[in-house]
Amino acid sequence: MSAALKLVDAPRRSVALEVRGVSHAFDLGGKHLPVLDNIDLSVAPGEFVALLGPSGCGKSTLLRLVAGLEQPDVGALLEDGAPITAPDPSRILVFQDPTLFPWRTVWKNVAVGLEARGLLPAHKQRVADALSLVRLEAFAQAYPHQLSGGMAQRAALARALVNDPHLLLLDEPLGKLDSLTRLAMQNELVSLWQKVGFTALLVTHDVEEALLLADRVIVLSDRPARIVTEFLIDKPRPRRRDDADLVHLRQTILATLGPVHD
Amino acid sequence: MSDIAQGGAVRTVASVPIWRDGVAAAAAWFVAAIVTVATPDVVPWGSTPLWAEILTGGAVLLLVLSGTVQWLGRVGRVVVHYGPWLVALGVWFAVWEVVTAKTGWLPKPFFSPPQGLLHVYLVDTTRLGLCVLFSLRLWAYGFGSGVIAGFLVGVALGWSKRFAYWGMPILKLIGPVPATAWIPCTFFILPTTFSASVFLVALASGIPVAILTASGVGSVNRAFYDVARTLGASERFLVWRVAVPASLPHVFVGLFMGLYYSFAVLVVAEMLGAKYGLGWYLQFQTGYSAYANVYATLVIMALLTSGLVKLLFVTRDRVLSWQKGII
Repeated sequence: MSAALKLVDAPRRSVALEVRGVSHAFDLGGKHLPVLDNIDLSVAPGEFVALLGPSGCGKSTLLRLVAGLEQPDVGALLEDGAPITAPDPSRILVFQDPTLFPWRTVWKNVAVGLEARGLLPAHKQRVADALSLVRLEAFAQAYPHQLSGGMAQRAALARALVNDPHLLLLDEPLGKLDSLTRLAMQNELVSLWQKVGFTALLVTHDVEEALLLADRVIVLSDRPARIVTEFLIDKPRPRRRDDADLVHLRQTILATLGPVHD
Repeated sequence: MSDIAQGGAVRTVASVPIWRDGVAAAAAWFVAAIVTVATPDVVPWGSTPLWAEILTGGAVLLLVLSGTVQWLGRVGRVVVHYGPWLVALGVWFAVWEVVTAKTGWLPKPFFSPPQGLLHVYLVDTTRLGLCVLFSLRLWAYGFGSGVIAGFLVGVALGWSKRFAYWGMPILKLIGPVPATAWIPCTFFILPTTFSASVFLVALASGIPVAILTASGVGSVNRAFYDVARTLGASERFLVWRVAVPASLPHVFVGLFMGLYYSFAVLVVAEMLGAKYGLGWYLQFQTGYSAYANVYATLVIMALLTSGLVKLLFVTRDRVLSWQKGII
């Protein structure tokens, strides 16, 4: 079909994300549990930002708010100046688990977003494009239980990318992969981001991963999460994990995170 | 073939592989045939010569198979697998014949030799055929409507909090009551005996389907909903394309339970009010002490019900093929 349907070459309306004074708490059996404390954050169109913090500090909650799955108690979230009130296929969340639908083939999993919005009949080519983007063409008719962990996570990425998201929210998407697959997927994620050009917000507790991938690393405190500090990573990609500056920065960030984090 | 290639001339093949179980089975069937014709029946049963002919025919067929089964491919392998069963069947026919028709140890009318059943199939073919059709019709209406209603109620219970608030207590209260306990009321509340019977079968099959569908929908991984919502799924899509397929393994457990309950209730309902049907036939023939007819009907029932169970298994394996390797 027309060039506008191509995932890679599409003219992109990059989005800016604005998080203004967001605080949020959970009610756990009548107990008030604050998880986010006055978060202010601006992400420029096309920027790759990593949120770094100890496990269970509330990073994932922030992503759920940005995705529109929940509403914040206090504050506002804006996408290009418009408030985020509900989930929208332009902002897609990729979880730590691939959460592929086990009853659907890989092809049908990738197609699910288009199908849900009634766009599938006219845009079947996009599914094939997304599958080739993550190099899973050969597994289109496989079921999720037949995939390895890395392949499943790539399928989950394809399922997100097929919708042409302007903002990709990554909730520790590589957290459960073995270390070799993880290194390969980190490179893959960067090259996808460079090719497709979405704005990316990555939650991780792996300092090295944040330094390898992001333009900017934001360090969050323990729960309730506040922004402690942020670092600009002004290094060309692909980056080397033994780059002297990055190694030094890693020490600094680990010191910031404190002894809780190893 | 290889003989031709090697020797340049056709040699008689000395050792054709013989299926030994087949020979043994043929012998057993042949013995059963001889027992059937060679000794007189204590009480005349009718169809004795025909039964002996059938047994002989079976024996001949088995003998032929003993030499040819290796060329029959998949069918052949199935036949070979059931070889010991075919032997046992021949032995069973012979023993059955001796203890009933030939010695009368198991007396008429409470017991019947195989030719007694055969005789029933021959002389009462039309009526039995009609009864099978009536039972199948009642089962299809009852099980079909029960399963559809149970599935829809189950989805609603699992999905909607409000529906569950009102529906769950009722289901929990009524669910454990055996469907047969409703017989006295249903037969005068509903306009016809047939509709009452359909209702009872539907109730018996619908309740387990409703309970298991509800628990299936309720236990779907919440992350599936989050993923679908961020991908732009509507409520409708979440129900029919996420909740329902995810809960299908549970639904099938409910279907199997419902299937077994439906058979039980079907026969009882037919015994009480129907004018045709296998349950009615059993009741009717028992009244005349025609136990050969009763056994003949039981054989038909066993084949019908196990066939339906098999059909459900095949359906499940097709529908849930994505589960392979998960369980």
